[in-house]
Amino acid sequence: MTKAITEDEVVSVIEKAVQEHGAAREAVIPILSAVNHAFGFIPREAFSEIRRLVHDPETGLFLADSQLYSVASFYQLLSLSKLGRHVVRFCESAPCHVMGGREVIQTLEDELGITPGETSIDNKWSLIMTSCLGICSVGPVFIVDEDVYGNISPEQVHEILELYE
Amino acid sequence: MAIRFMVLISNDPASMERGAGAVLQAFQDHLVKSGITDTVSLNTISDLPNREDLPMVIIYPEAVVYGPVKPEDVHVIIEEHLVKGNIVPGLLAVMHGPIPEVSWLSNRKGALPAQKRIVLERAGVIDPESIEDYIVHDGFLALGKALTEMTPADVVGEVEKAGLQGRGGAGFPTGRKWSFVVSAPGEPKYVICNADESEPGTFKDRLILEGDPFSIIEAITIAGYAVGAQEGYIYIRGEYPLAYRRLENAIAQAETYGLLGNQIFGRNFDFHIHLHAGAGAYICGEETALIESIEGKRGMPRARPPYPPTYGLFGRPTVVNNVETLANVPPIIRNGAAWYHQFGSPKSVGTKVYTILGNVNFTGLIEVPMGITLREVINIYGKGMKNGAKLKLVQTGGSSGSIVPASLQDTPMDFESFRKAGASLGSGALLVCDDQTCVVDLAKTLMQFFRFECCGKCTPCRIGTLKSYEIIKKISEGKAELSDLDLLQNLGAIMTEVSNCGLGQTASTAALDILKHFRGEVEAHITSPACPVGVCPIVVAAPV
Repeated sequence: MTKAITEDEVVSVIEKAVQEHGAAREAVIPILSAVNHAFGFIPREAFSEIRRLVHDPETGLFLADSQLYSVASFYQLLSLSKLGRHVVRFCESAPCHVMGGREVIQTLEDELGITPGETSIDNKWSLIMTSCLGICSVGPVFIVDEDVYGNISPEQVHEILELYE
Repeated sequence: MAIRFMVLISNDPASMERGAGAVLQAFQDHLVKSGITDTVSLNTISDLPNREDLPMVIIYPEAVVYGPVKPEDVHVIIEEHLVKGNIVPGLLAVMHGPIPEVSWLSNRKGALPAQKRIVLERAGVIDPESIEDYIVHDGFLALGKALTEMTPADVVGEVEKAGLQGRGGAGFPTGRKWSFVVSAPGEPKYVICNADESEPGTFKDRLILEGDPFSIIEAITIAGYAVGAQEGYIYIRGEYPLAYRRLENAIAQAETYGLLGNQIFGRNFDFHIHLHAGAGAYICGEETALIESIEGKRGMPRARPPYPPTYGLFGRPTVVNNVETLANVPPIIRNGAAWYHQFGSPKSVGTKVYTILGNVNFTGLIEVPMGITLREVINIYGKGMKNGAKLKLVQTGGSSGSIVPASLQDTPMDFESFRKAGASLGSGALLVCDDQTCVVDLAKTLMQFFRFECCGKCTPCRIGTLKSYEIIKKISEGKAELSDLDLLQNLGAIMTEVSNCGLGQTASTAALDILKHFRGEVEAHITSPACPVGVCPIVVAAPV
């Protein structure tokens, strides 16, 4: 059972991000990325806190919830919903596909028991399809959390997944 | 060891009937015995016409054709030609006039296309986290020369004279782009390095950023000096955290050494670089979408004109250059434009980094002078097709690139020749596909990518990619009709002409090329219906 995220934690991550990237419209994506990196997703509380800090009536700097939601929902590396403990990102672009991707994704789906976009019931795994990750010469490729696996054959899938608790 | 000879042995059915297999074996055995395997690239060629002098052995760079060749002739060819460099007159094939299938041979006569690493010279050689190592390897010499011996106009002029063209995919002349920004009204001006590399199959910029990050720092500073900007942005995709960290480190070290920041080299020139990480969006590689993203918004391309040189970041004149393009700038400044013209051809100067992927034995990347052919890349650098499979097509330039059928594999890869052949070089990704690749399955994967990455702003792309994907999926399931191909063609034409940005304009390129070159295979999925290669999930209802 993962521990619930407190509002204080969210505030502290955002304050740190604003210090590093500034309190300006241009800093919105780096700030959202920092929040996503800290919690694995962007909690709803984050928006009001970002609005509070990136706010300057004198210069007309004001962020609406819709603008924050608009940015957070556009970018693939940002998630607005909680994901599993471990996130598997599988590349579905043409190079990995041509180099044997079809068999690997089928094995992944069978092993994890979920289809792309889903999180397993025990909350251990989320499976996400991504576009090209830029490691194409060792395709097929997938990433688990921040670990990159290349040159994968279907037989290796089980042994890789076993490494994660 | 550099490859000195490329040997092609014909292995089409007629040649095999006449003993080509034994000839190939004899070559393999004798090359080992003579100890020159490292300098000879041994390959097969399967598209020669049926003639009485098969099997043939083609050797170049001399562009010599031997035939008919028997196994006992092989050691003579090796000893005389490959070891001593003497052509063997008695074994030459009698050529009855030029044969179209090998006319490419005389075009390629001369030196074999060896690698020439300009932008990748230091990658893998130096410690990418050490400024001292960079300096020892000619680092910051170009910046020093530019700031102390050249005016900004001199720098722009040198890049223009060098004929450098954009390496991100569009191929726009770099010097010309810079001169637009120089003359555009408005302050301050900006330089942006587009490190969002997301074109499937492309990872050349990753290698430059991770292996030689200081070169980009130096290059963007030179660009700033040339166009009159004091601030630069490097927009790097979120999926490249190592490159981000190395650039961060490079910026910090350069500032400590006074090679970045205020009064660089003690001159009246300040330049500061901001790093900005993307968050996962292919469309942010489009220059105006990238600018929108830096400004903290959804990465949706702007209507153009105006273009970034007149209205860019925060509405100011902005240069946006690809990583590989910028990486060519310090060598050009250091060695001069005339030096750069040694490589490539007059209209396609310099080198290009190609990433080799797909069904070849050796995947990876190379940097070669412009003008190499696909046959040479596959045979010499890819070390031939995997499992001896037959080449079917190569997609050049990533998922938005052209489908080049095997019959066009001898077209020199430069901007001009490819344009004439109706194809585009793009980012330099080369996806090599063998005959186990189904073109419908490939088209489906490609259109799925564009459907997913479409930003949604303009109708032709938003609806077009969705509808095109649905049609291709129907074809792959054996549920389409021939009229669906007309619809696909029509949709593709509309998207190409009317979409707001390059994504929509190139989303249908592959599908349209596939309809042009492989129509029969597509139609088989409709009329039989069957997938000739056996990949698509076509379920034919059992007869009642």
